[in-house]
Amino acid sequence: MDTVVTEPNAAALAETNAMIVARDVNVFYGDKQALFGVNLDIPENQVTALIGPSGCGKSTFLRCLNRMNDVIDVCRVEGTIKIEGQDVYDPALDVVQLRARVGMVFQKPNPFPKSIYDNIAYGPRIHGIVTSKAELDEIVHSSLEKSGLLKEVEDRLDEPGTGLSGGQQQRLCIARAIAVSPDVILMDEPCSALDPIATARIEELIENLREKYTIVIVTHSMQQAARVSQRTAFFHLGNLVEVDDTEQMFTNPRDERTQGYITGRYG
Amino acid sequence: MVTDEDRARNVRKRYASERRFKGYGLLAIALALGALAWLVISIVSTGYTAFVQTRVQLEIHFDPQVIDPSGTRDIAVLRKADYAALYRNSIRGQFTEVTGRRDKRALSRLVSSGADLELRAMVLSNPEIIGTRAKVWLTASDEVDQFHKGAFSRKSPEAERQFKDKHIAWYDKLVENGQVEAQFNDTLFTAGTSREPELAGIWGAIVGSFWTMMVTLLLSFPIGVSTAVYLQEFAPKNRWTDIIEVNINNLAAVPSIVYGLLGLAVFLNFFGLPRSAPLVGGMVLALMTLPTIIIATRAALSAVPPSIREAALGVGASKQQMVLHHVLPLALPGIMTGTIIGMAQALGETAPLLMIGMVAFIVDIPGGPMSASTVLPVQIFLWSDLPERAFVERTSAAILVLLGFLVVMNFIAVLLRKRFERRW
Repeated sequence: MDTVVTEPNAAALAETNAMIVARDVNVFYGDKQALFGVNLDIPENQVTALIGPSGCGKSTFLRCLNRMNDVIDVCRVEGTIKIEGQDVYDPALDVVQLRARVGMVFQKPNPFPKSIYDNIAYGPRIHGIVTSKAELDEIVHSSLEKSGLLKEVEDRLDEPGTGLSGGQQQRLCIARAIAVSPDVILMDEPCSALDPIATARIEELIENLREKYTIVIVTHSMQQAARVSQRTAFFHLGNLVEVDDTEQMFTNPRDERTQGYITGRYG
Repeated sequence: MVTDEDRARNVRKRYASERRFKGYGLLAIALALGALAWLVISIVSTGYTAFVQTRVQLEIHFDPQVIDPSGTRDIAVLRKADYAALYRNSIRGQFTEVTGRRDKRALSRLVSSGADLELRAMVLSNPEIIGTRAKVWLTASDEVDQFHKGAFSRKSPEAERQFKDKHIAWYDKLVENGQVEAQFNDTLFTAGTSREPELAGIWGAIVGSFWTMMVTLLLSFPIGVSTAVYLQEFAPKNRWTDIIEVNINNLAAVPSIVYGLLGLAVFLNFFGLPRSAPLVGGMVLALMTLPTIIIATRAALSAVPPSIREAALGVGASKQQMVLHHVLPLALPGIMTGTIIGMAQALGETAPLLMIGMVAFIVDIPGGPMSASTVLPVQIFLWSDLPERAFVERTSAAILVLLGFLVVMNFIAVLLRKRFERRW
């Protein structure tokens, strides 16, 4: 089986002006290789969906983008990933700075066991973005506004974030991510723990956020990928099989594995 | 072919075995509770009488001729006076029929040999009292005390008791006049130990235990928590950290007396620290408590959900910020519980302290971590060895006090857990 079939050739890749550029990324967990030579461009202010069956490496790739894989001792990453020209795996790069630029929303809503206000204020505080309480209030309000949560929680900012419903918690986590004004937001199956109504609200929110942020979303739901994304990348067994405009991908996939997956024959 | 009959029998068998299984559990709990109840009842029933002390009321004449013959009221003179003569004269005055040196001496020994100190304290606090007469409650001797509390019967053979029939006759006369009473035993909670049971108290041991626990806490809590945080959150997983981990777990099972020997060899012999000092005792107990705290802290840290760590790292917290701002606060109730349980263990520990000389007979209340002292469990051990009948009840009373401290500590641990646990 050939590994990468539908990539543009290397010469064309070299001249890309995408926001995030990944070249020949290999990831190992100990002896086991999880990603094989992934080349992927992620354009600015678009939603890129990463799809594929379980264990295909889409989450692993996502976690390479803000180096969350660093936490795992046995994990090793080869190749280059550049965000706006800055090499993510440059040893001189401060990973804290990187994560301030590349925010992340996780599968299970994970607000801190603190007040709603403190949940959002935590990032700006540790990064020293604000100098006054008024500025912090402003950031908290605008972040809640952007995540569509402000109206629901305006009068109870002091209550614990863990007291909100699942969908509200996830929007709180999105607000927390945008409070440090990142350029990129990574979302790792953000709706998998939510009911359809809460999912619809998050999807609406993603659509709105696209104007300001570059979003990469891992999802198991092909309908969701079709609804929210402009670009889709299909991973299979650690290989990036196909990447294309979402419309193109879902109407006319070039690889038969992609076709098999999106028509539901496996996965 | 399985018939309905078979199935029904099968179900009955399953129910029966389930009932038996529950029965075994209940039996085990009943046995454990029974043993505990027996222990508590036996200690309480022997110990509760020690919380009162028999006192004898005598009419004391604060005779200036005895206390201060020259009338200078000089404090040094007042200190040195023969106060024992005051109560001797009083009781002999009351029992004029008693003659003969031996009987007279036996008579005055109904009152504790520490009673002169009580009289001296009265005079020193108020010299005006000199020259007056007053009815004063004085501590009775341990034999009077035990007889009054009914520890032995007047019908028992005279040869088997030191408290002879003549003593009983005097005692009866005093009781008749309302001159004998059991009052709250404040000596037990204010004095250090003594050769005389009626003068012995556990305050010295409590203060010694306090200083020892302070040293233990100040050493073992920061060292234990830092070790656990490093091993759990920062240390690389390799052979060295594995070896360290295995060793810490093994240290928790080392017999405590071994720590005492270590303390003797290292702290006393090598570093030349003072013998019998709470400082050394605390250091030894800190070594003993460290594994408990480290293991409890690591368990508490690993119980913090990984999603919280990811959330912190995801918004750009450094590892240190993640640990200090999120993981440690969430693990704190578990850490405190572990620490309190470790401290409770240390509070009840005797063996290692014997090795470093905290077993000495120390009357003074220790003034700090460097002064010679003993601790509660060692005091109990020492008293349990003494022949006087009155020390039996005092031993039990001291055990009750120690158990009280342990119960309070465990209660605090439970409260802390309840209060902080449901935070996510």
